[in-house]
Amino acid sequence: MSILAAHPVRAAAAFVPRKRRVAELMLLVMALALGIGSYALVGIGITNKVPTDMVGYAVFFTGFAFGCHLVVRRFASYADPILLPIAIALNGIGLAMIHRIDVGLEGTGFGPYAPAQYLWTAVSIVAFVLTLLAIRDHRRLQAFTYTMGFAGLALLLLPLVPGLGVNINGSRIWIHAAGYSFQPGEVAKICLAIFFAGYLVLKRDALALAGHRFAGIDLPRGRDLGPILFAWLISLGVLVLQRDLGSSLLFFGLFVVLLYVATERPSWLVVGLVLFVAGAYLSFLSFGHVQERVNGWLDPWANRDQFYQIIQAQYGLGWGGILGRGWGLGSPQLTPYSWSDFIATSLGEELGLTGLMAIIVLYALMVERGLRTALVCRDTFGKLLSVGLSVALALQVFVVVGGVTRLIPLTGLTTPFLSYGGSSLLANWVMIALLMRISDQARRPPPDITSPAPDDVTQVVSLR
Amino acid sequence: MNRPIRTLAIGCLALFLLLLLNITYIQGWRADSLNAQAQNTRARNADCSRKRGPILVNGESVARSVPSHDNLKFVRRYPQGRMYAPVTGRFSCQLLTTGVESSENSVLSGSDQSLFVSRVIDLFGNKQQQGGSVLLTINPKVQKAAYDGLQSLPGNAQGAVVALDPRTGAVLAMTSTPSYDPNTLSGHNYKAAVKQYKRLNKRPDRPLINRAAQEILPPGSTFKLVVAAAALQHGYSPDTVVRGGSSLDLPQTTHQMTNENGGNCGGDKITLTQALAVSCNVSFADLGLKLRADDRNIVGDQAKLFGFGETYLDELPMAKSVYPSGIDIPQTAFASIGQFDVAATPLQMAMVAAAIANGGDLMKPYLVAEERTPDLKLLRRAEPQMLHQAMSSQAADQLTQMMVDVVQQGTGTPVQIPGVSVAAKTGTANSAPNRPPYAWIVSFAPADNPQVAVAVLVQQSATNRGEIAGGTLAGPVAVNVIKAVVQ
Repeated sequence: MSILAAHPVRAAAAFVPRKRRVAELMLLVMALALGIGSYALVGIGITNKVPTDMVGYAVFFTGFAFGCHLVVRRFASYADPILLPIAIALNGIGLAMIHRIDVGLEGTGFGPYAPAQYLWTAVSIVAFVLTLLAIRDHRRLQAFTYTMGFAGLALLLLPLVPGLGVNINGSRIWIHAAGYSFQPGEVAKICLAIFFAGYLVLKRDALALAGHRFAGIDLPRGRDLGPILFAWLISLGVLVLQRDLGSSLLFFGLFVVLLYVATERPSWLVVGLVLFVAGAYLSFLSFGHVQERVNGWLDPWANRDQFYQIIQAQYGLGWGGILGRGWGLGSPQLTPYSWSDFIATSLGEELGLTGLMAIIVLYALMVERGLRTALVCRDTFGKLLSVGLSVALALQVFVVVGGVTRLIPLTGLTTPFLSYGGSSLLANWVMIALLMRISDQARRPPPDITSPAPDDVTQVVSLR
Repeated sequence: MNRPIRTLAIGCLALFLLLLLNITYIQGWRADSLNAQAQNTRARNADCSRKRGPILVNGESVARSVPSHDNLKFVRRYPQGRMYAPVTGRFSCQLLTTGVESSENSVLSGSDQSLFVSRVIDLFGNKQQQGGSVLLTINPKVQKAAYDGLQSLPGNAQGAVVALDPRTGAVLAMTSTPSYDPNTLSGHNYKAAVKQYKRLNKRPDRPLINRAAQEILPPGSTFKLVVAAAALQHGYSPDTVVRGGSSLDLPQTTHQMTNENGGNCGGDKITLTQALAVSCNVSFADLGLKLRADDRNIVGDQAKLFGFGETYLDELPMAKSVYPSGIDIPQTAFASIGQFDVAATPLQMAMVAAAIANGGDLMKPYLVAEERTPDLKLLRRAEPQMLHQAMSSQAADQLTQMMVDVVQQGTGTPVQIPGVSVAAKTGTANSAPNRPPYAWIVSFAPADNPQVAVAVLVQQSATNRGEIAGGTLAGPVAVNVIKAVVQ
């Protein structure tokens, strides 16, 4: 009691002192068992034999996971211990499912998808490590606020450049260069999260000023509506020019949420919701592809040919039932894009309601750890950035999993860490690296706790 | 800023909760109905690659699964395909599954709730799920007699036979010609099966339809049994004198009702027995009019008691037989001789005979006698059920005697069998002027202890128009069937 009284700083920082790296290692072992075990079960399910390349696969995956762990131990030792194991577990399950669908697609002219995904997993994990190494203090990123803003916008619009962008399935969200396709929107997500956080740190005070009071809430001042309207127009632009419902929704939602967190004014949520409803309704009226998505959501059985994919996804989920068919024992390959957008329903088919629930809970845990990081983070920029990254993840999971399971109209985003696709995997691993960097900063005890600084608002910035 | 972050955490939780609730609804709640959809390739392929249980008749299988040496593992085979096709239907991975294969699918495929225990054992024994077996009420000897009888008619005859056990309602035979070979539709060669299906579906003689239960046609004079039953139930006796003669002026019209072949039924005043024996149109049209009151039509009510307007066969698709409602007086006269809009299936007419044979008690017809698990434990055995009391037992006995007289001295002489007392009623129904009439016979035997009730319909055959009569054309088929049961 007397110690706490004598050291108020230590008492305030009571939740930070442990590094928890051993816990991370234990969880990592479990995550690896899940990923590698799934791969083995695919072989057993289909051919009754453990895959011949089992050992190589296990060594490859374990090596990368432990490599990550060692880097975190050395360079972000206070980082959240749960994020990395969840990412490894999801990535492993995704690889096993993509490999499983490859087997199912043999002889159809589709695939194989797994080899490219192994490569991208390696690239992404290297990117994770590089991010942790390069960004020793997330507050440095604040200096690049506008650079990131322009980069994000440029990446978003890149697919519209003639000769570079390609139309795939009606959406113009891909660029094609040197034999590789890339979805720059995934990386734009991170750039824009950084930009929104940095921008709102500067403008939050002005945007928090109250205007008229209506129905019990203070509405923002009219002149402050500029930024949100700009974000709205950009989102609509993405929707119209690239026909990308998912990204459009994601970017706008992200901005509105960060505006709310930065200003602590719920009225921004109301304004955002009104703009969203208006935009959604307008685009429903104006664009055939939006109407089509809504029709396919309401009653796909009305047109079996047009909504074949969504119907197959429903059948897959039903076929999986509560316990699932088991790895390799369902027919997820019957659903078009079962390896990318619809990987959630593929997993629902083979792992059942139980497995799909577990996967959704993993995402929920990830988001929760990210928001917790935001709570304990000591600087505004870090708070906003970790909120932005977590909410982007939550929204993306909700929009894509909700879409393929017919909770909401289908929009077409990748499922983080699970779906086939290099850009998505890369962006999500970098995102996890950033979250871990912020949480490392947040949970790290202030370096000088034995002799309290005379001015306790002074923050310590590491300039290594 | 922590307060909005906490609010946001709750918001995100709500989003994830919605996802979880939605998949719980789909995978926990809707799964069964999704799997039951005919277009569900997953469920269908699983059905196809499963060892399906056999359909049996008296020990031999008429549908069974044999190893197919392709990715679906098993293929369905029908050893006496054409003879049993109207009953078994066919099991197909690509086309619609029909008949008992469809109605008993849950037992045959092994997905039935009652097979749950055996499924769990298969699961732990790491065996493929197996289907249970279904035993039909069909007697193979009777079925063969019926099928051969129709096949022996001249030309590619279109017809149907239904034989019932009048005491239980068990279907002893159900055939329809021309038939088809279900093997050609249940094979795994999708293109060939679809091509064959299209060819069969286009044929004007409609081999895919089960005439015995799905086709309603005017029953002609066999319907006079219903009128006679109505009369006996309402004060008439076999000896009651009714109007005879060669013609009846139809009220409200200038038309006259005449008899087949222009006869006079043996006099202007004849007994009801005589009227039925010679199938006197004048008598029965007059009876029908007398049994009609302003507010009710006694003949129509009697037809309902025999099952007209009702669905009673659970195992196969069936058409409801029709006695038209709201008809005027001339229409009533024609309806009383089984013309105008009266239409019945052969199954319906067999049920009329069966009810008369069974002392007036109409039994519900059924085709499945037993369902068994893959290891032959009994799951269900059919319990005979009464559908209606169609008439009193006294009236039924009287009508039986009248039908015996039809065979002994009336239009039914072709179905006489030495040593067996047969009760019957013939019918020759006019369809369209440019089409030959339909020949019917409805009978049961032995009259004093009925074991079988048979209805035979010959819709079209290569027989000269003048020679078409229920007794001579359809009679020999009925004789074959009765002999197969009683001898």
